[in-house]
Amino acid sequence: MANVQLDAIQLNLLGQVADLHEVPEGAYNIRSNGQGIARNTTANIDIVTKEDKPGIDIYIKPGTKKESVHIPVLMSQTGLKDLVYNDFYIGEDADVTIVAGCGIHNGGSKTSEHDGIHRFFLEKNARLKYVEKHYGTGDGNGENIMNPTTIIEMKEGSYMEMDSVQIKGVDSTDRITKAKLGKDATLIIREKIMTHGKQVAKTSFEVDLDGENSSANVMSRSVARGSSRQEFLSKINGNNACAGHSECDSIIMDSSNVTAIPELTANHIDASLIHEAAIGKIAGEQLIKLMTLGLTEAEAEAQIINGFLK
Amino acid sequence: MLELRNISYEVSEDQKEKDILKNINLKIEDRFVAITGPNGGGKSTLAKIIAGILKPTGGQIFMDGEDITDKNITERAKMGISFAFQQPVRFKGLTVKDLITMAAGKPLSTAAACEYLSEVGLCARDYIGREVNASLSGGELKRIEIAMVIARKTKLSVFDEPEAGIDLWSFNNLIQVFEKLHQEVQGSILIISHQERILNIADKIVVIADGEVRGYGSKDEILPELLCTSGSCKFYSEGGR
Repeated sequence: MANVQLDAIQLNLLGQVADLHEVPEGAYNIRSNGQGIARNTTANIDIVTKEDKPGIDIYIKPGTKKESVHIPVLMSQTGLKDLVYNDFYIGEDADVTIVAGCGIHNGGSKTSEHDGIHRFFLEKNARLKYVEKHYGTGDGNGENIMNPTTIIEMKEGSYMEMDSVQIKGVDSTDRITKAKLGKDATLIIREKIMTHGKQVAKTSFEVDLDGENSSANVMSRSVARGSSRQEFLSKINGNNACAGHSECDSIIMDSSNVTAIPELTANHIDASLIHEAAIGKIAGEQLIKLMTLGLTEAEAEAQIINGFLK
Repeated sequence: MLELRNISYEVSEDQKEKDILKNINLKIEDRFVAITGPNGGGKSTLAKIIAGILKPTGGQIFMDGEDITDKNITERAKMGISFAFQQPVRFKGLTVKDLITMAAGKPLSTAAACEYLSEVGLCARDYIGREVNASLSGGELKRIEIAMVIARKTKLSVFDEPEAGIDLWSFNNLIQVFEKLHQEVQGSILIISHQERILNIADKIVVIADGEVRGYGSKDEILPELLCTSGSCKFYSEGGR
C-alpha cells in the first residue's frame, strides 16, 4: 500500500488538508473518492475497516507515545456523496496526534459532499492532539459540502486539543461537536473559519462538563466575506465543579452575516462558566497603523485577516 | 526636510466651523524637533496631517521639496515618514515579530527582530512571539510602537506623545531611548511631548497653542518662557486651550 500513486489533484488536496506532500510515515489511511486507497499500521496503532458501515476503527495501544495517525479524505469526482464513520480508541496514558481532514476538488457541475462522523474515546490520562482541515477547490460550478460531526468522550485525567480549520472553497458546512468530560479531563478546541461568496457555515459545540475539575475552552475565530453567512452556537453545561470558557471572535466584511449564540448552564454551585463573543469589522485604526508601515490598504487587510486566523 | 505651508484644519461642530489648526508654517530641518503646548492645541492633529492620516483643509506639505499634500498614508510611509501612535493599536493574531517585520519591510530573523526590542528596553525573547493584544500593558505597547519606528529607519520619525500612559520607570527608560535615537538615527525626529526631559533633548522646540504656532526656537529660547521661569508665561496667556 505504501507504493500507492497519487495524481496531481490528490497530492494538492493532501498538501492542503494534511500538510503532506507524499504518503506519510507511520500509521495512515487515505480515502479517495469513497474508497480506501492506502493504509499503514504500526506496532502500536491498528486501523480496521468497519464491517457494518463505511469507515474505520483506529486503535491506539495504551502507553503509545509520540506517534501520529493521518487519515485524509480526498475527493476529486464530481457529484460524489461520501459518508464515513471513523472511531478512535485512545488507550490509557497514550499521547498521540491525529491529523484528519477533507479536500474536495469539484471540477463538474454536480454537488460533491463529504459527511464524516468521528467519535473519540479517550481512556484514563490519554492525551490527544487532533487536527482537522477542510478545503475545497475546483473549476466547475458544482458545490462542495462538508458536514463533520465530532463526538468526544473523555475519561479521568484525559486531555484533548482539537484544531479545526476551514479556510477556502467549502460552500456549505454544518459542523457539530459534542463532548462529555470526566473527572480532571481537559478539552481545548480552536476553530478557524473563513467564508466567501455565498458560502454558509454553521458550527455548533455542546460540551458536558460532568467530572469534577473538568475544564473546556472553546475558541472560534472566523472571517465572513462577500454575502456569506455564519452561525456559531456554543453550549456548555457545568454539571460538576468545573471551568468552561467559550469565545467567538468574528470579523465581518462586505455584506456578510454572522450570528453568535452562546448558552451556558450551571448545574453545580462550583461550576464557573464564561462566554465571550465579539463581532465587528476590521478596525480603521488597525488598517491605518499598518498603512503607516508602508502597506497598502488591501495588503493591510490581508495581514490583519491572516494574523487573525493564524 | 519637511515643510508645512499655511496648514489649516477645520471641523464642523454643532453646525459651526471650528479651526483646529490655523495657517501653520513650519520647516523641520533639525535632527530632533519637539512640539509642545497645551492640551487641545492641535499638536496631534498636526502629526496626523504629516503622516497623511488626516487631510488638511488648507495649505501644502513638502517633503524634500516635493509636494506630498495629496499623497496617502502608504505613499508617505514609502517616502520615509513613520508614525508612532499616542494610543498604540492592538491586533488579535499578529505577533510582535509580525509587526516589527512589517515595519522593517523585509524578512527578519528572530535575532534581528529582538535587537529592535532590546533597543527600547524590552527583554526581547519574552515578547517576540506574543500577540499584540490586550495582554500587553500600555507601556509595553508603547515600547513596541517605538521599536517599529526604529525598525523602519525612515527620514522622518513622528512620535505622538510617547510618554502618555507609561509609568515613571518606563518613562526614565524612554528618555534614554530618545537620547540614543538622537545620537544614532540618521533622519529627523519630530516628537510631540509635554515632558521637560524630552524637550531638553530637542534641537528645536515648537509651541502650538489654540491651533497656532506660538513659539519656535532652541530650548534655551523656549523653555524659560514655557516653564514661566523668565517672568512671563506668554505661550499660555494668549488664549491657549
